[in-house]
Amino acid sequence: MTDDGERSTPGQGLINGLAVTLKTMVGRSTTQQYPDVEPDLPPRSRGVIALLEENCTVCMLCARECPDWCIYIDSHKEEVVVPGAARPRQRNQLDRFDIDFSLCMYCGICIEVCPFDALYWTPEFEYSELDVLDLLHDKNRLGAWMPTVPPPPAHDVLGEPSKEEATAARKAAGPGAATPAKTARPAAVRPAPSPTATPGPGSDAPAPGPGPDAGAAPGAPE
Amino acid sequence: MPLWLDLTVRVVAVVAAFLVLPLVVGQAEHKVMAHMQARLGPMYAGGFHGWAQLIADGVKFVQKEDITPRDADRRVFELAPIVALFPYLLVFLAIPLGPGSLVAQSMDIGLFFVLAVLGVGVVAVLMSAWASANKYSLLGGLRGAAQLLGYELPLVLAAASVAMAAGTLSLPGIVDAWSPWWLLWQLPAAVVFFVSGVAEIRRPPFDMPIADSELVFGYMTEYTGLRFAFFLLAEYVGIVVIAALTTVLFLGGWHGPFAEQLGWLWTLAKTFAVSFVIIWMRVTFPRLREDQLQRLCWLVLVPVALAQLVLTAAVKVLT
Repeated sequence: MTDDGERSTPGQGLINGLAVTLKTMVGRSTTQQYPDVEPDLPPRSRGVIALLEENCTVCMLCARECPDWCIYIDSHKEEVVVPGAARPRQRNQLDRFDIDFSLCMYCGICIEVCPFDALYWTPEFEYSELDVLDLLHDKNRLGAWMPTVPPPPAHDVLGEPSKEEATAARKAAGPGAATPAKTARPAAVRPAPSPTATPGPGSDAPAPGPGPDAGAAPGAPE
Repeated sequence: MPLWLDLTVRVVAVVAAFLVLPLVVGQAEHKVMAHMQARLGPMYAGGFHGWAQLIADGVKFVQKEDITPRDADRRVFELAPIVALFPYLLVFLAIPLGPGSLVAQSMDIGLFFVLAVLGVGVVAVLMSAWASANKYSLLGGLRGAAQLLGYELPLVLAAASVAMAAGTLSLPGIVDAWSPWWLLWQLPAAVVFFVSGVAEIRRPPFDMPIADSELVFGYMTEYTGLRFAFFLLAEYVGIVVIAALTTVLFLGGWHGPFAEQLGWLWTLAKTFAVSFVIIWMRVTFPRLREDQLQRLCWLVLVPVALAQLVLTAAVKVLT
């Protein structure tokens, strides 16, 4: 207690320790009164996965990428008669989309991999059950989570510009012009187009990438 | 007032204080410790900020099964919690609350009585340790015995210094003789008495006999239910007793503005302030290792207490 030779004053450490606890005592406590007060969760909280059924094309990417195989998908093909078309079109009709949250490890790979933005994180977390079998959420239950999906957070002003902004800026500047986005972070925006390319379908086709993705991603989900 | 009524009132008052003050200190410990760790502590029991938490704990302890280990020395095992608790009840008799006759039992040798009774605690520790037939209990009990015997010495020496300064062994007499400059004159004795008192009641950072991270719960390992609650109650009564003795011996007891009317309030306020410091130390400091514990006692506290005795004697002779 008093035999530490290097200290400047004996007992200094004891006094400092008492000061720390006293300061903590008069400060605010950090306890969250959870059942009484809703927790203040950050916007990207991984609570539960919501399904936007209309966006799902039954591509099965999520089910195949899932590390513990907790997504179960069944579907059948339907013929849709399009007026004016020569033949009826075929489309996939989703019959079953279940996520077993007793297996899910909340890695979010299914959400990352979905090309059509049918899956979303929502911060809701109060879905515990008395029976583990009840943790298998069907597509109606997953769809019911959709209203709880928060709008995406605002773009970081210091981050790299979004794909859409960069494309629009490049289009406005004309072909071959050195846009600020291009000169600042050429690799991040897109590979530089060949200088001889003319504006038109040829040059802007690759930029937006998969069509529905670019169109739907930044906007708030319905 | 007839004698029997007087006696009844005093005994009832002492028992009430014995039951209420430790609960207040225990609840304060819950809350103070929580806030010192940026928590809130109990918030539900009783509604308002968990004021009834310790009552709820008591109800829980009563409901628990009362287990005596098969190999235990049954009689001794069952007696130990009482032996741990009872001395503190006797100490309460001798502590003066205010001027005049505001003391349950005024004794000319009050200080001697108090220190002698406090020494019984070591018997309870050894009884529970040996009778439990458990290696952790035994280790904790032996550590406890070494600690209690060691710290008894600076405790008594520091108290002797005050007794010399006051020229009496009576606790009300000591408070009567107290004057503010004793705060400076008896400061080393006060620190020694307080530190060794905290060690006597085995509070952290001197909780080597309990040391829950290495000895399960020391000599209390095998206790459950009401008997365990008695040990816990003894710990909190111990806080009150040590705080009250420090107040009476070194902080001037009832001395303060309006001492004639509000003396009892001053004693209580000082007692709670010292109890707060005991809780504060518990939250702040890590546990002392066994060798550090003995080192602090024999190489720091005992010499300081002896030097204080010399100082007290010199001042007494010269003035």
